[in-house]
Amino acid sequence: MVNLVWLLMLATGIGVAAATGRIETVTAAAMQAAELGVEVALELIGVMSLWLGLMHLAEEAGFVRGLARLFGPAIRLLFPSLKPDSPALGAIILNLSANVLGLGNAATPFGLKAMQELQKENSDPEVASPAMCTFLALNTSCITLIPATIIGVRMKAHSANPTEIIGTTIVATGCAMSAAIIADFLIRSGRKP
Amino acid sequence: MRVISEISRWAIPTLLLVIPILAYWRKVPVYESFVTGAEDGFKTGVRILPFLIGMLVSIRVFVDSGALELLARLIQPLLSRFGLSQDLAALIPLAVMRPLSGSGALGVATQLIQQYGPDSLVGRLASTLQGSTDTTFFVLTVYFGSVGIRKYRYALKLGLLADLVGLIASFWVVLKTFY
Repeated sequence: MVNLVWLLMLATGIGVAAATGRIETVTAAAMQAAELGVEVALELIGVMSLWLGLMHLAEEAGFVRGLARLFGPAIRLLFPSLKPDSPALGAIILNLSANVLGLGNAATPFGLKAMQELQKENSDPEVASPAMCTFLALNTSCITLIPATIIGVRMKAHSANPTEIIGTTIVATGCAMSAAIIADFLIRSGRKP
Repeated sequence: MRVISEISRWAIPTLLLVIPILAYWRKVPVYESFVTGAEDGFKTGVRILPFLIGMLVSIRVFVDSGALELLARLIQPLLSRFGLSQDLAALIPLAVMRPLSGSGALGVATQLIQQYGPDSLVGRLASTLQGSTDTTFFVLTVYFGSVGIRKYRYALKLGLLADLVGLIASFWVVLKTFY
């Protein structure tokens, strides 16, 4: 499916540009995007190193295990296939916490770390495990308490009340997350009769 | 609401202070431990680079060529048949862009907020949408790519379903709260 979406975006983009006589935009877009990819990855290396360093500190001090013990029972309901002491749990909890707090740049390193841990427990390294699907569904639909970026945009646009959308965001993400959890549960129980 | 934005301001400085101090107190060699963990940052960054570039190129060509706009214009009459006003149709590019690209969607949202005003219906909807759905497609390709997964199984459908629910819920809750 990803292959198809990728191809479709590329092909329709080039088709539309050709039909509207602006084929050169494709060249510019492709080159700029490739450069942007390197920029994003380089920036990510910086913040990722910072957060992974901090996470390693927290691990060695025993916090991550503490967190996992605190939230583990609740999280494990969603990840029945994981071992009770799985190191993935700590990273999953950190990723979800960062998402909830709207710390986007911390969420990615923890999320990638969680994927690495989940991959170690995966039976087929080329196929997504159910735990990975659950994790990504939670990760992309996670409740957001503080949509920090958009509050900044609203402030700049002189909103009378920049934070008034916090409540609506919490409700909307709450609905999305519940839907993801329910759908994931239904799919998993459907596949494993 | 004030409390929440204060938490956001203090979260990172607090973590940067509390974790190293408590780790030191637990006799962890703090600096060496930090550096050991940070080493992984480089490896992960390099590993996801090809996935980032592949995705960004395809998305950027799709958007810059005007194909996204065309798609939005095709969806528009479909939605107005369900009684959606012209204003709300302005949100379609944002809704389509959101799962693809974070910075792209933020750009569209910023433009909408400036054009319609942050406290208008469109402004509030754009803000809520931007805060409540994620760059599902992008996250999936990068996260799976970083560990070498090729078959996503039902992950993409699940993520896009959650986005759709988030989209509908955003409309519902904004209309309910403010109007």
